[in-house]
Amino acid sequence: MSTDRTNRPEQPNASATNRTAPDAVDASAFVNAVDNRGDTKVALAGSGLAPGKPRKVSPVSRLISHPWFGLVIVALAVALPFIDSRAYTIRISTDALIFVMLAVGLNIVVGYCGLLDLGYAAFFAIGAYTSGVLTTTFGWPVIATIPCVVVAAVIGGLLIGGPTLRLRSDYLAIVTLGFGEIVRITANNLEFTGGPNGVFGIPDFGDFGLRADIATYWIVTVVVALAVLASARLGRGRLGRAWRFVREDEDAAEAMGIHTYKVKFAAYVTGAIFGGLAGVLFAVHQTAISPPSFNFLYSALILMAVVLGGMGSTPGVVVGAVIIALLPELLRGVENWRYFVFGVLLIVLMIFRPQGIWPHRVGETPAKVRRKPMREDDVEVVP
Amino acid sequence: MDLEYLLQLILNGLFVGSFYGLVALGYSMVYGIIKLLNFAHGDIYMLGAFSGYTLLTIGAGVIGGQASIIVLVVIMLIAMVLTGTIGLILERVAYRPLRSAPRLSVLITAVGASFALEYGIAVSFGPNPRVYPVGLGNESFTIFGARLTYAQLAMMLIAVALMVGLDQIVRRTRSGRAMRAISQDPKACLLMGINVDSVISRTFFVGSALAGAAGVMSGAYYGKIDFLMGFIIGLKAFTAAVIGGIGNLRGAVLGAIVLGLLESFGTAWLGSEWRDVFAFGFLILFLTVRPTGLLGERVTERV
Repeated sequence: MSTDRTNRPEQPNASATNRTAPDAVDASAFVNAVDNRGDTKVALAGSGLAPGKPRKVSPVSRLISHPWFGLVIVALAVALPFIDSRAYTIRISTDALIFVMLAVGLNIVVGYCGLLDLGYAAFFAIGAYTSGVLTTTFGWPVIATIPCVVVAAVIGGLLIGGPTLRLRSDYLAIVTLGFGEIVRITANNLEFTGGPNGVFGIPDFGDFGLRADIATYWIVTVVVALAVLASARLGRGRLGRAWRFVREDEDAAEAMGIHTYKVKFAAYVTGAIFGGLAGVLFAVHQTAISPPSFNFLYSALILMAVVLGGMGSTPGVVVGAVIIALLPELLRGVENWRYFVFGVLLIVLMIFRPQGIWPHRVGETPAKVRRKPMREDDVEVVP
Repeated sequence: MDLEYLLQLILNGLFVGSFYGLVALGYSMVYGIIKLLNFAHGDIYMLGAFSGYTLLTIGAGVIGGQASIIVLVVIMLIAMVLTGTIGLILERVAYRPLRSAPRLSVLITAVGASFALEYGIAVSFGPNPRVYPVGLGNESFTIFGARLTYAQLAMMLIAVALMVGLDQIVRRTRSGRAMRAISQDPKACLLMGINVDSVISRTFFVGSALAGAAGVMSGAYYGKIDFLMGFIIGLKAFTAAVIGGIGNLRGAVLGAIVLGLLESFGTAWLGSEWRDVFAFGFLILFLTVRPTGLLGERVTERV
């Protein structure tokens, strides 16, 4: 390392020091970023963790980025019970879809806004428990519990986000980690949540004259498809751009007139609502819920799905979630090895491919990407 | 509430607090220097317990069933070197390549490292809890009616000795001065000819060694270890570091003692099943009211 440094004294030194303690340096983080990466790359703020390098568009990537591609996937998902209607297939597909919804919700928090939430399963638990307790103890229909779930998830988001979003982003990570534990232990200790046994006998949405599990599957498919669409559109809108800006450089975003606290709050609460709604689906699908389903491991797996797929990239996160959800079905009996590999994979991904397997592309069409992004060329042509 | 019970609660709190303190120091040191939340730090504590376990199993024939405190100290020192080296490797392999990466990447890497260490141990030692091959004596004495075992007293003394030692290293030695300098301005340190990378490595070594010492002691005291034991204590140590003011070493110890006492009283009041909820709830409350901690200065990202 040290020999490396003497050979190329400028670059490694600059990058090493600027990032080690950004607040020790007088200049803003934005100036540091310009220092480190060169202004052409910083100008592409929103290109995320991926370096903003224009690349060739292969036919495959043109196909999968076509707007109809998502529609085809949804159609395939809806058609699944006609292709293979075994109870096992339907069950693991429903699980995978619920996991997709969780990953897409966490993607809003981590991928879009860059806030590390390590207790996302807490909102999942809040949703599942609110719905479960209301349906079993008070006999409500599942549909009627949804407003309560949303309210409960928002309250949870306010409780945790309120104090911590004003602080450094690191604090949020560890506070959410603690919050995940608080929710799980509370559910384990309280009487009305059924203690360690949890809640069981949760009714479903109704079978509409179909096989019960297939009816649930279709409802889940529709809800998850809408959730994926909603999160993708949120990410593209005004708020979505604000989120990406805050992720890239909070100080610069604030200087540009973005109320960073509000924007972060919006991301966190939106993520909480997604998690809560996924919890309702989970409760209905499982019919029984208990505290161990909502441990840190689960939160970490959702995070893994987001990171693997590509933070901030909706199609990537969907793919990542499907991979993470279906992998245990293929690798039964080697649980601990699987988690070990996940841990190593997280490190390796962050070092070598932080943008994930299906990175988010800046909102440019392939035709625009091919054009040279340098301004100097234009200047020479005009006079 | 009578006075003896109160004193007993205080002693319990101090004892638990000394464990938290040893782990919180490593957290705080690393955070102070490179502003990294080392999620894997709690797992280094777990690795300390497991390396102590392995050493004791290997040396069981030599030692015999009942370990004296001196044997334990020797084991602890070896385990400290081992965990320190692991911390050093961790920094080199997982964190150093990301020195210039966005903060989110580094945090995720730290989570990955924590996962890898936990399940690496689960794979190699099996997921079931292990029982420490030696027990500590149960002889105790009473001071003002509160009961304290000799083992507890010895561990508290060791912890205090380690903390004082660290304080001396950081305040008196050359490399301690380098550490403090880097936490203030790493760029200037480079200009002054300090080898920043090697000082960071040294910090990881020292912090991990302290966590490893705590791991061995808790293994010997509680008798049972498992691969997830570092998760909760990592969170608690972070809470302690925040209470004291993260980045501040004396603050970390103070925060650990405060947290230990709070937990001790909270458990007496609410019951032990609420202990963790109480501690983390307190963390959230503390961040709301005084995010800089008792002795800390500034924590916001503003420049």
